[in-house]
Formats: sequence, structure tokens, C-alpha cells
Amino acid sequence: MPFSDQVRSRLDADAARIIGQYPGSRSALLPLLHLVQSEEGYVSEDGIEYCAAKLGLTEADVTGVVSFYTMYKRGPVGEYHVGVCTNTLCGVLGGNQILAELHEHLGVGDGEVTPDGRVSLEHLECNAACVYAPVVMVNWEFFDNQTPASARQLADDLRAGNPVSPTRGPQRLVSWREAARILAGFNDDQATEGPTAGPADLVGLKIAHEHGWTAPEPGPAGEQAKEPR
Amino acid sequence: MTDILTPVLTAHWDQPDLFTIDGYRRVGGYQALTKALGMSREEVITAVKGSGLRGRGGAMFPTGVKWGFLPQGDDKPHYLVVNADESEPGACKDVPLMMATPHTLIEGAAIASYAIGAGHAFIYVRGEVLHVIRRLRHAVQEAYAAGYLGPNILGSGFGLDVIVHAGAGAYICGEETALLDSLEGKRGLPRNKPPFPAVAGVYASPTNVNNVESIASSPAILVNGADWFASMGTEKTKGCGIFNLSGHITTPGTFEAPFGITLRELLELAGGVRAGHRLKFWTAGGSSAGILTDQHLDLPLDFESVAAAGSQVGTRSVMIFDDTTCVVGAVLRWTEFYQHESCGKCTPCREGTFWLVRILDRLEHGDGTEEDIEKLLDICDNITGRAFCALGDSATPPITSAVKYFRDEFIQHHKEGGCPFDPAASTVWAEGVGGSGGSSPRGSTGSES
Repeated sequence: MPFSDQVRSRLDADAARIIGQYPGSRSALLPLLHLVQSEEGYVSEDGIEYCAAKLGLTEADVTGVVSFYTMYKRGPVGEYHVGVCTNTLCGVLGGNQILAELHEHLGVGDGEVTPDGRVSLEHLECNAACVYAPVVMVNWEFFDNQTPASARQLADDLRAGNPVSPTRGPQRLVSWREAARILAGFNDDQATEGPTAGPADLVGLKIAHEHGWTAPEPGPAGEQAKEPR
Repeated sequence: MTDILTPVLTAHWDQPDLFTIDGYRRVGGYQALTKALGMSREEVITAVKGSGLRGRGGAMFPTGVKWGFLPQGDDKPHYLVVNADESEPGACKDVPLMMATPHTLIEGAAIASYAIGAGHAFIYVRGEVLHVIRRLRHAVQEAYAAGYLGPNILGSGFGLDVIVHAGAGAYICGEETALLDSLEGKRGLPRNKPPFPAVAGVYASPTNVNNVESIASSPAILVNGADWFASMGTEKTKGCGIFNLSGHITTPGTFEAPFGITLRELLELAGGVRAGHRLKFWTAGGSSAGILTDQHLDLPLDFESVAAAGSQVGTRSVMIFDDTTCVVGAVLRWTEFYQHESCGKCTPCREGTFWLVRILDRLEHGDGTEEDIEKLLDICDNITGRAFCALGDSATPPITSAVKYFRDEFIQHHKEGGCPFDPAASTVWAEGVGGSGGSSPRGSTGSES
């Protein structure tokens, strides 16, 4: 069942904005797939057909792209998609145990959704937050320094609809579909929320301040004075 | 004598509004762009060449030289592509940089685009970091509004559009030609080289691809001078860079230091290996660099010294593992990662990583043999240098280095019929507060010993 005219006209406006950014229209394919994922929660056959038609591609070509990237889902995921990093560093530090306990706690396997549709679970590879290991992501926001207990609590809060805030991110955790819309290119109003940097990213800077360590003063070659501290 | 830590990129990460244009300008932001636009393109490239800046994404190719590869005076459009697909296991420098100071990257992108004559710059950021994407987009909007991006930047006649492009989950897209295919809306498969991106990159036009930290380093170089930057670091690996220390240490964290610092010095800053344990193995530049041991504590972390030790310092992703960690299991997990991320284009990588995982899995579970170790090395030998792109070459150093330093441990698994390590002993809650029944995430109370 293709998208209704109403959905299609809404998507068309967004798609035109996305495609218009790029010197080559096919570059819009990844954002368009994020867009149709934000509409349905996953990339359906209808979503593929829509993207293919917009860009003059075959559906087979678009399907090949969808299957290459792990962030595109081919079936429903939870309103909150929980990912546990189990690459070596996070896994060794406890990510493996966190994932195992969440599987048991939620009663779902890898890539599966709770019966109420609230939470899905999968293992992740390195998400660029190793100084905060073990790391859990929810809808691609950081939940740093997790333990099995904190992760279970997080999952319970997500299922109960209790407000949760990412460690380094906005005040309000967006839904899976809202996240996909941001990925497609449409920011919400939360960019200026949350810290500049998390505590682990400031460890070296604090030590430098304590010792008065700085980069060298620019010499005559640097024509302007050093930035004020 | 340079100080032990030299915060430049990270110098203002403690400012609560650094990610806004007001916060960035308060610490001198966009002075470098103003200065660069008053210079000729050649002068900008000469300054970056003279600084000795080498690519911060891993390969450490001289950045200014790369900029100079693009043709000047041709009639094709030129493009800058910022590789913000940070996914190397252990690497967490670009993602925090873009969250804390997105304008540094945008200013650097404008400088680089001016130097190479690009009218479009793409920031290809991995999709799995939503708040970073928000911050980048917000900063780009602010930069347009302030006249630092757009058709006629600061009245110079130079125009630039910056597009923040979110990826969709694929480690291979950190490889620059795979990234270009992905940016063109295709599967992220690596391309044949030549032609190199400088000749035929995105849309078959001259394209320069640089890592986030490389691009973000250019404003400070322009403002403070090439000699200032080159006064830090070692003779051949100049400047400073962001080092991430993670794993079994007292205080995991981010440290910006000159190249040539040693692990011993970094560990001292991070409070050492966690109490009651000793260093077993570590990486200097992520899993792809392979592992080193406690015999490398005083190795200067610069390109040449680390290469001479058989590893790479490129991404400065320092992961520390103590004596509770099974090296076979650690390497198995990394190898599963490379197998999962192999794009399938070339046989050595696709088939090789498949078999490496199977052999490592049976070794880890005590079902392997000593001959399996030779088989592993043989397969590694048939991948290295024979794969289509760097991903295949990255899959083998963890294995070859682990066998080199810990062959006995592989044999021990075989002799004991299983893994002799208790994974529970490696977790962060194995000692100190918490435990699996604990309620507070590590670091939230500061009360643990």
C-alpha cells in the first residue's frame, strides 16, 4: 500500500528541501531513507519505492543501499531503540554483561522489540565514547558509564514512559522516529541543551590548568596574540 | 621545553557555551578565517605544509601536501569532504570535538575550502551520534547568519556552502573512497585508486578528504603560525593531538599532548592502571594498530617510533587492558567486528575475516590446536597487502601482534580446554562500589576508590 496522498505531499516538501542541498541528486538517498524511516519507523517497501521514484533509481538499487547500512531497519523497532556497545573495550569493561542482563530483563533477543512496542535491543560496535565505557545508546543518544543496574533502570523507565535524559545530550530524549527526522536533516530545538563536554573529556584540561600547562606562546611568526584564556 | 599537556583544540571545552558562535568568538573564533581570506590560497597551503600537520585520521599523510594535490585553475568544481565517520574501536576524539566546538571544524572547513578552491564542503558524520549532528547543524546555521559561510564570506568574494550529511552505520565509510561512494548515495564500497580523490572524488571532481581533527587544527595554525605548531611534537611528527585513554585505568579521559609523549606519562596523568592490577596490553592507535605491551611504556608516541615497534599511533586511541583480560577473547571480538564491517567487495577480506573469526572462536573456547595459530598467521599473511582497501589490512594486526606477544596464552586455552579468565573480573564494577546490584553509574558519585 503506497503512501497516502496526504503523507506523500508532506514528504514531498521535505524531500525537495533535502534534494535541493546537493549538487548531485543521488546524494540525497541516505537522508531520504532516514526521512521515510521517520515516517514509518523503518524502511518499508513503500519507503523504498518512494525514494526510488524521487531520485529516478530502481527499487533494486535503493534496496541494495538500504541493506548495506545498519541504521536502516526493515521492520518495526521500539519507540526507544537501545544499543549496547560490545566491541572489545566496552564489552570487556562490562558491556557484555549489560547486554546479557538486558536480554533477560526485557525478554527479547538481538534486534527484537518488547511486546508493548516500547523498547528494542541490539548490540552495537564502537560508538566513539570509549572513555565513558561501558556505553549504552538510546535512539543514538549517549548514556555513559552504565552498569547492569543502571541499564535495567533505564529500560524500565523507557517502558514506563518516565522521562530520561542522555548523559551528553538534550534534556528530552526524542523518540526513534524523531531521531530519524533529525538524521534526515531537520533539527529539533535542542541543539544548545546539554554540556559542552562530558567529565572524561575534561580530565586532561583540568590537569593542565592545575599545572599551568599550555601550548607554547606564539612566536613572532604568529602575528596575533594568543587567544585569551 | 614544551609542557606535558598542550590544550589547543580542547583548550576551551570547559566553557558552557563554546558550541555557540558567541562562545566561540569569545575565545578568538573566526579570527583565523579572516586572516586566511586575506592571504593567497598558496600562502594558506604553504602555512599548513610548514606546520608539519599530518592527517589525524590514522594514516598521517601531510595535510598541506594533500591540499596541494588538487589542481588549480581547472574548470571543474572542487569539493572538501570532512571525514567525521569516527568509528575506529577506541577512538573518541572527533565526536567530542564536534559536540564541544563545532565552529572550530566549520572555521577549519572554510579555510581548507578556500585553499583548495572548493565551493561546497560536506561534513560526513556517522549517524549514530545524534547530539553531535544537532550541534553541527546549529553551528552551520549560526555561521551562515554571521557571514562566515554563504556566497561572499566577509566580503572576500569567496563563497562556501557547508552540508552536514549523516551516515547510516558502516565502519567502512571511514575509508575515504568508500565515504565518497556513500556520499553519492551508494553502498559504501571502496574505489580503485588511481584516480585519487584529488583528481576524481565526489561527482568525479577534484576532492580533498580530511579527518575532523586535521581540519580543526588549521585555524590555530593560521592564527599562531606554522612555526608555533611545529615547535610542538617530534622532528617528524609535529604538533599536538588528542589522546583518548580508556579501559582499565583509574581515570579514563581525553588528553591533548604533543606527539612523542609516552604511555608511562599518559598513565601517570590518568592515575595509572586500576588498583591491584598491572598493564597487560594496550593499543596506541585503536584496534587496527594491533597491540603493544608493558615493554612499550616508554615508546615515544610519534609516527616513526610507533611504526618501528610494529604499530601505529594515527588515531591515538589508547585502550588499556589489565591482567584480568583474555587477549584471545579481546582479539576475537575485534575480528568479529572486522568481519561484520567487511564490505564484501574483495575476497581476501570477505573470506579471510570469516575464517579468522571461526578459528579464533574455537581457540578461545579451547577447541583449537597449536596448528590453528599457524593457520591464523597464514590467513593474515594472505589478507595483508592483498585486500582492496585498508579495512583488510586493519583486520590482521590485532591477531599477529597478539600471537607475537601472547602465543603462550593461545596455547594455554588449548591445553586447558577453555578460557582461563573470568570475564566478571574485568568489569568496572568488579571492584569498588556497585557490583551488578549497584544503582549508580560509575563516575556519578566520585566515591569509589
